[in-house]
Amino acid sequence: MFVPDLICGAVDMTVIFTRLSGGFLKTLIIFFLTLILSLPLGLLVTFGRMSKIKILQYAVKFYISVMRGTPLMLQLLIVFFAPSYIFNAKIPLEYRFWAVIIGFALNYAAYFAEIYRSGIENVPKGQYEAAMLLGFSKSQTFIKIILPQVIKNVLPAITNEVITLVKDTSLAYVLAYTEMFKVAKEVSAAQSSIAPLMVAGLFYYVMNLLVAFVMGKAEKSMDYYTR
Amino acid sequence: MSLLEIKNLRKSFDNTGVIKDISFEVNQSEVIAIIGPSGSGKSTLLRCATTLEKPTSGEISYLGKNLFSTDENGKVHIANKAELKEIRSYFGLVFQNFNLFPHFSVLRNITEAPVISGLLSKQEANNVAMDLLKKMGLEDKGDAYPCQLSGGQQQRVSIARALALNPKILFFDEPTSALDPELTGEILKVIKSLAAEKMTMVIVTHEMSFARDVADRIIFMDGGVIVEEGTPDEVINNPKNERTKAFLSRFEN
Ligand SMILES: Nc1ncnc2c1ncn2[C@@H]1O[C@H](COP(=O)(O)OP(=O)(O)O)[C@@H](O)[C@H]1O
Ligand SMILES: [Mg+2]
Repeated sequence: MFVPDLICGAVDMTVIFTRLSGGFLKTLIIFFLTLILSLPLGLLVTFGRMSKIKILQYAVKFYISVMRGTPLMLQLLIVFFAPSYIFNAKIPLEYRFWAVIIGFALNYAAYFAEIYRSGIENVPKGQYEAAMLLGFSKSQTFIKIILPQVIKNVLPAITNEVITLVKDTSLAYVLAYTEMFKVAKEVSAAQSSIAPLMVAGLFYYVMNLLVAFVMGKAEKSMDYYTR
Repeated sequence: MSLLEIKNLRKSFDNTGVIKDISFEVNQSEVIAIIGPSGSGKSTLLRCATTLEKPTSGEISYLGKNLFSTDENGKVHIANKAELKEIRSYFGLVFQNFNLFPHFSVLRNITEAPVISGLLSKQEANNVAMDLLKKMGLEDKGDAYPCQLSGGQQQRVSIARALALNPKILFFDEPTSALDPELTGEILKVIKSLAAEKMTMVIVTHEMSFARDVADRIIFMDGGVIVEEGTPDEVINNPKNERTKAFLSRFEN
């Protein structure tokens, strides 16, 4: 007789939580490393995208369109397998982890770059002109005048991307990296139960509640002015 | 030596002449009002004089220091970085739409530039800013943000911001055009008080009675050229040129 395992006590919740917590830690590592790398990298990409050097501009434009126009899962696979084809060498085991991080960072940098660009373009030209005539250098203008306004402009869009990233971390399973989603599938299979998947969903959901809370606070902290 | 000298200035956008051979000088403590119909090139002239726009040909110099010039072969010479910095410290520009920094408090809008340029210490800059705010009737607004102020108050802050760098000459591009009519008076009053203190100013304006009151000299521009130039009495009360007369007739109430 089939009894839904969520109702009966047949599944071992302790095992589920212990194993998923271990996976969740890896999920968190992917999440934070991706952000730490892609947020600044995205800014560099934006500078390339907005560069006056045409070749650089087009190259970056192409990179962005590929990152946004192909599945992230495919990109992860390519990042993982490319070195072995290019160098004709055996892939060291640790590379699995770095392939995940590089794949995510490259993909998210492209998305962040487009967000930054619209944020930068939304700062009126007059801000640059006023700063220049008041004697601000180019870098002072960017850091003191433009960037703070860009951050305020882009925060809502960044929040959306970060929430997507929380869910996208599960794609790392395609490289057999044992983050939470892969663990959940394994435990689910071993226990013939969907409870591990439900619990994984709960982890993602709570994490995103937290992301929304923190980003909401950040947005609120910039409410003290409008343009 | 004149403070600002502009000779045979031309500026084209995509081969369309916007400034067509304009020459004039601004002397110490002189107040010049530039009037003229919309599209006649007034803003472009100010933007060329303030390094925001690169002229096509001609000559601009401040206190004999060359900002821009072209030789007889049309070869352009522009001040180098150090000269540019020096020349930019001579003038201030008050924009039509203020261009205050929205994320800075009123006080910081005024103090930031003199502090980062090393002109004043933080303490000195604060004192200067408070004095200027008092002069602008905004002594209680130092901690406010631009978005909390009326347009007239924002424009007064932007004037204070320019004055904090102690410029030798101040340019205004239609400083009251973005304001509700009832707020223009407070700005015009501030400019008049600056004129009384012998501040050198070049003011683009549509306020004819104000121009007549405040200016030593009026320049009437139309179609990228100076059509008529002289004292307020000559240009506004007794215009000689037909285009000047036609323009001014639109302002008679
Ligand atoms: N950046 C620009 N590119 C092309 N045309 C311009 C630019 N700036 C001004 N113009 C043109 O130059 C002419 C004069 O403009 P402007 O100097 O703003 O006149 P005013 O300030 O007297 O109204 C207008 O026809 C305007 O369209
Ligand atoms: Mg104009």
